[in-house]
Amino acid sequence: MDCNQVFVSKVKRLIVVFTLLIAFLSIKIDTFAQVDSAVVPIDSVVAGSAEAVSGEHGAAKHGEEKFEPTKVIMEHIADSHMWHLWGHTSLPLPVILYTANGLEVFSSGHFHHGEHDYNGKYNNYRLEEDHIKVVGADGKIDEEASKSVLDFSITKNVAAMFVAIFVILVIFISVAASYRKRVGKAPKGLQSFVEPIIVFVRDDIAKPNIGHKYAKFMPYLLTTFFFILFNNLFGLIPIFPGGANVTGNIALTFVMALGTLIIVNINGNKYYWKHIFKPDVPFWLYPIMIPVELIGIISKPFALMVRLFANITAGHIIVLSLISLIFIFETLAIAPVSVAFVLFMDVLELLVAFLQAFIFTLLTALFIGMAVEEHH
Amino acid sequence: MELVTPSIGLVFWTSIAFICLLILLRKFAWKPILGAIHEREQSIDEALNKAELAKQEMARLTSQNQDLMQQARAERDEILKEAKTLKDGILNEAKKQAQVEGAKLIEKAKIEIENQKKAALAEVKDQVSSLSLEIAERVLRTQLDDKAKQETLVANLLKDVELN
Repeated sequence: MDCNQVFVSKVKRLIVVFTLLIAFLSIKIDTFAQVDSAVVPIDSVVAGSAEAVSGEHGAAKHGEEKFEPTKVIMEHIADSHMWHLWGHTSLPLPVILYTANGLEVFSSGHFHHGEHDYNGKYNNYRLEEDHIKVVGADGKIDEEASKSVLDFSITKNVAAMFVAIFVILVIFISVAASYRKRVGKAPKGLQSFVEPIIVFVRDDIAKPNIGHKYAKFMPYLLTTFFFILFNNLFGLIPIFPGGANVTGNIALTFVMALGTLIIVNINGNKYYWKHIFKPDVPFWLYPIMIPVELIGIISKPFALMVRLFANITAGHIIVLSLISLIFIFETLAIAPVSVAFVLFMDVLELLVAFLQAFIFTLLTALFIGMAVEEHH
Repeated sequence: MELVTPSIGLVFWTSIAFICLLILLRKFAWKPILGAIHEREQSIDEALNKAELAKQEMARLTSQNQDLMQQARAERDEILKEAKTLKDGILNEAKKQAQVEGAKLIEKAKIEIENQKKAALAEVKDQVSSLSLEIAERVLRTQLDDKAKQETLVANLLKDVELN
């Protein structure tokens, strides 16, 4: 009875979460579709009027670039070799290239925002659309050589991730110190902020999904939860040291999902593997079932990867689209509307930041639970 | 397509950073924090259990005290009742004895009175006899001549004697 109750409540909770998610996604798609449709005509109008006035007020219009929202948004979403601070000021970040001849380390400041080439030890490099390319002897980009150069640079996302990791370490090590200092006493300060979340992860994510073997997986679940949460939250800060789209980058979610894949399959017991290679179906179904189960191994973390990436990236795109409205309409009158919507979206993103960290951890715990479950 | 292609640099750095974070946090944060939370929860549980036990002990002691009180009260009542019966008994005994004693005394007094009366009567008889003798002598002496006078004298004397 008790098990059944737990299961029902879990199902209910999942239904609520998924309804929220679906509702949220549909809002996102709607907004984005509207923005998209708005962009096209206005873009052409702006272009047309620009053409019309260029004859008379050519001098006044000189020096102003045409605003391309898609390009701007994609630039903000994507990774970068510089960390934009304000105006035309950017923080140059170290470039680390692995070439066939050896490592090449230099500052991205040498590119001067892509205006200059850099003469390295082994090759000449050029920054094109935030990708480092090898420049051939003829002064043109050598695509073949570019492919053989691996880019291990400390990019904006890597730097932002380091900042988040630093903050996480400072917070949790200091909290751990205060636990040592105040043995057996009530939590205080940061402790009382962090403790409910830790207890939540333990009692509502790990225990019900994994069972009595939960303790072994607590460090991984907690680290995953707080790593995603802090990177989500830092991503919401529009200025330095935030502003990077760390958890909305497929590379990071790929690594996180890979971690889950490895943890789940290393800890899978004989029942887990039997379920995959000798499922309880007639033997002639094996040719279908085994491939399906094998795909299942990959598809579960794959869904984790895409979910986190899509949610965070979509949130960033909407916020940027709303801000872009001001520049598309070229009027300040739209600013209050934009800001109001952005505020709404930011609050929603705050919810999503927690929600996605929660879902990632919950599903990881669920997969681990399925792998370590004992059958009687 | 570029958006969904993981770049090798970021994958590399994320893996290293995440693994370092996991190891560092596990050693320096999660172990002490989870340990402390677990310990505190246990101590709270223990304290609650102890409180419950203390409560039960209290209840037990209270009921015991009440029992003792009741017992004491009953004992006291018993003792009082006994004392009362004893007292009544003693009183009755004393009364009875007093009555018996009184009766005895009265009896003695009566006997004494009787004896005294008898003695007095004997004495009166003696005196009467001696007086009669005396009277007879006087009568004989003085009034031997007159017979009538003799008789009145004797009658008068007898009257006197009777008055005595």
